[in-house]
Amino acid sequence: MISEIIGEFLVLFGTIFYFLSSLGLIRMPDVYNRMQTATKSATLGSLGVIIGVGIWAIGHVGSYAWLPKTFVIAVFLLLTNPISAHALIRAAYKSGIPLWEGSIVDKYREYLEKEEGKEEVSDETKEGEQ
Amino acid sequence: MIGINIYLAVIAIATLLSMYRVFRGPTTVDRLVAVDIMTTITTGLMVLFALYYKRAIFLDVALVYAVLAFLGVIAFARYLEGGI
Repeated sequence: MISEIIGEFLVLFGTIFYFLSSLGLIRMPDVYNRMQTATKSATLGSLGVIIGVGIWAIGHVGSYAWLPKTFVIAVFLLLTNPISAHALIRAAYKSGIPLWEGSIVDKYREYLEKEEGKEEVSDETKEGEQ
Repeated sequence: MIGINIYLAVIAIATLLSMYRVFRGPTTVDRLVAVDIMTTITTGLMVLFALYYKRAIFLDVALVYAVLAFLGVIAFARYLEGGI
């Protein structure tokens, strides 16, 4: 059956990405790099595994009802994984975990400093107008 | 082709590798990141078990597990940020 071959190829693809994401989780130096490598590849891997199981079941189980259910699970994971990663990493930055000493770009601190500078400037202009 | 047992074994090895970061991680957020990845991998493992046993009810279990894991991670992130 052609659907078994396509589904098994998708499951193999997702399994390789699962393994690479957990390997990045134990190889990277600090929490920001770990989140960067792990979340993206785990999301792509779960898309491959879950939709691959839905396509594989057409030939293996003989039922078309698996494909909508697996599609719902895959879309839910695709929507909620970036949200949870963003919330976690924002909490890590707010609780004051330092960056790795090799990291040289910190766009969020630059943004916060620019916001503070803009507020001070606007306060001064208001006082001058009054 | 290769067969479903090999995929189940590779996903179990990936879960054990992220379990290493849960026990080792220097800060709390490291452990929480590892738990987040472990729940994502476990959702895929449950979907593969549904194909292994040919029971469609395990897909519903995987969907409910994904919802509850997302809510748990959001609650812990709120707590670390100082919201709760």
